[in-house]
Amino acid sequence: MDERKIRGLIRQVKGGQLSRRRFVQMMLGAGLSIPMAGQMLLHSGVANAQQGWSYKPTKRGGGGQLKLLMWQGPTLLNPHFAVGTKDQYGCRVFYEPLAAWDGDGNLIPILAAEVPKPAADGRSVVWKLKKGVTFHDGKPFTADDVVFNWEYAADPAVGATTSGSYKDCKAIKLDSHTVRVEFDKPTPYWADPFVGVVGMIIPKHLFQDFRGAKAREAPANLKPVGTACYKFADFRPGDHLAGTIFANYHENNRPYFDSIEMKGGGDAVSAARAVLQTGEFDYAWNMQVEDEILKRLEAGGKGKVLITPAGSIEMMQMQNCDPWTEVEGERASIKTKHPTLTDPAVRQALALLVDRQSMQDHIYGRTGIATANFLNQPERFGSKNTKWEFNVDKANKVLDDAGWKKGSDGIREKGGKKLKYVFQTSINAPRQKCQAIVKQACQKAGIDIELKSVVASVYFSSDVANPDTYTKFYSDLQMYNTTMPQPDPERFMNQWTTAELSTKANKWQGRNISRWQNADYDRAFTAAQSELDPVKRAALFIEMNDILWKTNAVIPIVNRPVVSAHSSRLRAPMSGWDNDVWLLKDWYREG
Amino acid sequence: MGKYLIRRLLIAIPSLIGISIVLFTVLALAPGDPFEELATNPNVPPEVRENLRKQFGLDDPVGVRYVRWAGSMVKGDWGFSFNSRVDVDKLILQRLPVTLFVIGSSQIVALLIALPIGVFAATRPYSIFDQVANTFAFVGFSLPTFFTGILFILLFSIKLDWLPFVFRADISETGWRWWWIHAKQSIMPIMVLGLFQGASWTRYVRSAVLDVIRLDYVTTARSKGLKERIVIMKHVVRNALIPVVTLVALQMPAIFGGAIVTEQIFRVPGIGSLLISAILANDTPVIMAVTFVFACLVVLFNLIADLLYGWLDPRISYR
Repeated sequence: MDERKIRGLIRQVKGGQLSRRRFVQMMLGAGLSIPMAGQMLLHSGVANAQQGWSYKPTKRGGGGQLKLLMWQGPTLLNPHFAVGTKDQYGCRVFYEPLAAWDGDGNLIPILAAEVPKPAADGRSVVWKLKKGVTFHDGKPFTADDVVFNWEYAADPAVGATTSGSYKDCKAIKLDSHTVRVEFDKPTPYWADPFVGVVGMIIPKHLFQDFRGAKAREAPANLKPVGTACYKFADFRPGDHLAGTIFANYHENNRPYFDSIEMKGGGDAVSAARAVLQTGEFDYAWNMQVEDEILKRLEAGGKGKVLITPAGSIEMMQMQNCDPWTEVEGERASIKTKHPTLTDPAVRQALALLVDRQSMQDHIYGRTGIATANFLNQPERFGSKNTKWEFNVDKANKVLDDAGWKKGSDGIREKGGKKLKYVFQTSINAPRQKCQAIVKQACQKAGIDIELKSVVASVYFSSDVANPDTYTKFYSDLQMYNTTMPQPDPERFMNQWTTAELSTKANKWQGRNISRWQNADYDRAFTAAQSELDPVKRAALFIEMNDILWKTNAVIPIVNRPVVSAHSSRLRAPMSGWDNDVWLLKDWYREG
Repeated sequence: MGKYLIRRLLIAIPSLIGISIVLFTVLALAPGDPFEELATNPNVPPEVRENLRKQFGLDDPVGVRYVRWAGSMVKGDWGFSFNSRVDVDKLILQRLPVTLFVIGSSQIVALLIALPIGVFAATRPYSIFDQVANTFAFVGFSLPTFFTGILFILLFSIKLDWLPFVFRADISETGWRWWWIHAKQSIMPIMVLGLFQGASWTRYVRSAVLDVIRLDYVTTARSKGLKERIVIMKHVVRNALIPVVTLVALQMPAIFGGAIVTEQIFRVPGIGSLLISAILANDTPVIMAVTFVFACLVVLFNLIADLLYGWLDPRISYR
């Protein structure tokens, strides 16, 4: 699918021949994220879709207590310090961003009066703020607060985890309720600062005296005062978070619940029980539970499991450098080449030997959908450029044709090099099962696989001294889940660029872990970084995804949606492009 | 007695220093990074993590870090959690009451089970009662708490739907309703811990009483014509309690350890669950502080046991 074709489709949407939903689905099929599809339509002048949820309560309050169960509770409540997703959930109860992405890829204004349009040169965007918004302590929310959040997050001395979204821009106050965000260079993804997870606005009047290194001492770090529909009541790090209704909330009839409780601790399975089986809680997050167990718990009828599409992908990477030879004190140095895995035939054979359907059917169920796309989304939505198959015979034929002959031990070799690989991943039951499935299929094709599993806390650490981390990748194959960090795919697709190679020189902090290099890909990526036309940009990302697929740069296994448990009476709009509590104000209970 | 106490406290200091050095080194050598999640999140520039590491002094050598930690510890500064950036002492104080409540009540339950049953079984050895008590005691301490905990949840929460299995430290109700809800949610964790302890103590009480009950002075007391109740309570139980006291005191810290699992299962926000989440997040200051508190408890309860001996048996004197 190229630019012209996409433009044609957009024309059809405008003319009414093609439904908006169908267009979004076709973009998904081509491997694009929903927000990107939404952005293209917005840019081309197609109005936002009807929101996919409704809010029925006709007055504020009266809903009793809303009980959320997080098996890892939030440990801090300053959104600019949020270390993990759990903290972002906790912060979102009290703070709001200017706008957020809904599940259909629409940008929904929250503290903004409307969704802005960026300047034509892609270097600035003007946000109009909603008037009459107050913080929980009664102080008004103005442009000063927005500008302050930029200063605070961009200040290196603060050490804000959100700084990546603020360091390359400036926020300038135009009047009391208008702010212009200026980017240092043309930025296609302008809806990053002040939007969604990184965009929560903290009040200037409570934090201005605690800038720089003093940031840790601000009392409001633990007693948040925000603009959201619940105000702070009580907090015990890691265990318990409570809020009560904010009577002056800036939207009518919201919230429905009188108070909110977020309880932390325990494990995922018993959290699922508490929602689905006993109904003690209304919602539980991140259900990392086997689908079979979830189905059994759901059978009681007290609750349901919600599967929200998102961009995370479980994938198998193939090493491009030689992990078994040390060059200048570095294994898998980019100066070497992997002796066998750089042969396209071997890569193709491996891709044919990964039985994704079995992995979906027997391991992940609804919580992992087999896919050929690296960028995003299962292709159950019609159109596709890419496909995958599991075929041992074909793999054998590909290897035979390429001259890899079986030796006396049944292992294929060519020129004295054997197809023997070490396949590593973290210790996690579904991953070990997937490893076994791959090993079995490879055996039939004459490829010998040695399985290795590393404790997650070591594997996913950034410990420079440890040889078993995933970023070092000192083995031939490895498997893990990479998450899409933001609705825009730029920071996701950078994991295959030459600029991001993971090497000793950058302490293995580069994102290109399998050290794959491709000039076409780099060119497309560089072009996408400064391409302001969303349609052209989308075409570039589709091209990148196709390159990954054609060259077997990576073997995508399953797409991992966001899985949460809800009581059957709870109505809560979810979005795979923000966190689950992104629209807490619209949650209510029915019946 | 005073002199003895002071001497014991002084001896405790070098052992606590030794313990802290071992703990600190082990934690420093262990793999993992408190800012792991930042490392895997591409939205966070690597400078942020390096900045934080520098700010929190994580890049200094172990020796320097230990001296800094010990120095501020002496001044009463426990440091702050990397994870929540809250002072560690505050975190522990927040969690302590719940742990003390759950563990304290479970110990009382255990003693209430162990003492009467153990004593009664020993006065009638090999009777039906003794056999039954023995069997249950064996079953009780053979089953680990994580197993009985889940069993209880399945039975009382899911099958019967009588009790909640998520413990909430903050209950919004007041008055009688507060007490009622609190009692309902506390029963399971307390019973799981209490029954486990009670079972093993029953065995100890029984054998301790059996040892004493055959001694000559007991026969003398009986032949003086004292009532059986007085013989048992004043002459037998008091003497039999000495090994039991040692056991109870020395097991106290182990119970804190056992409570970690129970706290995790029932989501009791105590010190144990704090320790687990700190370990999972590589939050060194919190791990250090909690384990150090446990170490102090071991030393303290040893001392308490020694002091209790003298009260129970005046023949033991302190020099």
